[in-house]
Amino acid sequence: MKTKSYEGFMKGIFILSALMSIVSIILICFFIFAGGVPFIAEYGLKEFLLGTQWKPSNKPPSYGILPMILGSVYVTMGAMVLGVPIGILTATYLAKFCNGKLYKVLKPCVNLMSGIPSIVYGFFALTLIVPIMKEIFGGNGMSIATSSVLLGIMILPTIIGMSEASIRAVPQSYYEGSVALGATHERTIMSVILPAARSGILSSVILGVGRAIGETMAVILVAGNQPRMPKGLFKGVRTMTTNIVMEMAYAADVHREALIATAVVLFVFILIINGIFLIVKRRGAN
Amino acid sequence: MSRTIRYAVKLSAFLTFGILLFIIGYILFRGLPYLTQSLFSMKYTSENVSMLPSIITTVMLVFLTLLVATPIGIFTGFYLIEYAKKGNKLVELIRIATETLSGIPSIVYGLFGMLFFVIRLGFQYSLLAGTLTAGIMILPLIIRSTEEALLSVDDSLREASFGLGAGKLRTIFRVVLPVAMPGILSGIILSIGRVVGETAALMFTLGTSTKVPNALLHSGASGRTLALHMYMLSSEGMHVNESYATGVILLIIVLLINGLSTFISNKLTKGR
Repeated sequence: MKTKSYEGFMKGIFILSALMSIVSIILICFFIFAGGVPFIAEYGLKEFLLGTQWKPSNKPPSYGILPMILGSVYVTMGAMVLGVPIGILTATYLAKFCNGKLYKVLKPCVNLMSGIPSIVYGFFALTLIVPIMKEIFGGNGMSIATSSVLLGIMILPTIIGMSEASIRAVPQSYYEGSVALGATHERTIMSVILPAARSGILSSVILGVGRAIGETMAVILVAGNQPRMPKGLFKGVRTMTTNIVMEMAYAADVHREALIATAVVLFVFILIINGIFLIVKRRGAN
Repeated sequence: MSRTIRYAVKLSAFLTFGILLFIIGYILFRGLPYLTQSLFSMKYTSENVSMLPSIITTVMLVFLTLLVATPIGIFTGFYLIEYAKKGNKLVELIRIATETLSGIPSIVYGLFGMLFFVIRLGFQYSLLAGTLTAGIMILPLIIRSTEEALLSVDDSLREASFGLGAGKLRTIFRVVLPVAMPGILSGIILSIGRVVGETAALMFTLGTSTKVPNALLHSGASGRTLALHMYMLSSEGMHVNESYATGVILLIIVLLINGLSTFISNKLTKGR
């Protein structure tokens, strides 16, 4: 009898633990939204999202975050342009071109790449990519282009890891069928294997978008962080994430609420991206 | 055509791994010469910019975070795999919750931690606020690795244990867990890496004090981890060489962690 109640007790503990992630997500949503939504309601959603001026110290202050939204979007797009093709092709290499011995070395390298702290990537970019960009394109080297290069590198492990798994999951019979019809190894991979793995590859790209748009501490070192409308590929820019970190330390009252509201917008972006990710993944599983 | 594809694939792989090697090499090359003894002084001053206090803080934070998150994560895995029935609504909800958690950017975690732990619960910038924030952050990682490890345990082991008259709990702790341990362990090690490398989530929860925390919460409990220390150094821009040296230590820690995790999971696959 005693063991039975103990079994029940432990089961209760397990369920309680399992509920913790749900509790956490509810708490996070509640506190972020409760901190930012009242400000948006008061300031006006349209003025907040579409306002082109971010001047918290003006009288009256203006809190338009369109520059930061565009900044995040541009930087993320740049990272995708660079990171997605390289990532998918590297995944193809790992899954279909390299031999077992080499793979044993390269696979941990991909994991290592995702393990390197973002601050190390950021500092590397600050001390090496920024001067190079400055030399070639002028300005001070901190720009959309620099951030895109940096983020393009940082999302590689995300894209490679998931794409590789989905390429490997394509049944061997697809490959054999195509080769038996006379297609070469390369042609088979490009026109049979990769299309068959497309939902997994697409998920990896969506995951990469989420990573890029949410990245903070690396971007803050190389983006320039000027709170103005983006002026060009080689001009400085501020993203939503860096806007929060730049000013949170000294912001007070309404200004602080405006920063939390920035996080609300970022959070909504992420929730949408996550939603799309879950849908694509579920559809791929069926 | 075939040749172009082959070259493109090989070039991409070369670029990816070339960049990785280059970053590691560059940090080591620039940082190693500046790894002086004064960087490991017991006390931080603005002259010696010692990283020892932040290393100690990092160890404290990692330990406490694991203490909080590991049991919760593993127990969640137990529930999801060993107890819940298929098609259970709660399971679906927990899956969505963990997947959403793993997609939330660390700066949002940081803000949440500040609003909830630091301000609402009144912890101030403290070890406890940092621990709990980081704990939520690594929860999905631990849950997923536990789930995968438990799923890979052969059902015949469970049946044999039940057949011998063992209860569910005994089966889990005595039969299933030992077999699943390496998989769970490699997930835990990876989450150590995540905490070590974290900056944005800790900046507004743990704070950036240069001292080693001497309490769990309230005054004196703030500190900075090594990654945070490196961020502060590099954003000040005064100590570039010391930043590189800090980067070297950070990189070495990450290399060790990743090596260990690879080693364990290799052992796991070899055992099969």
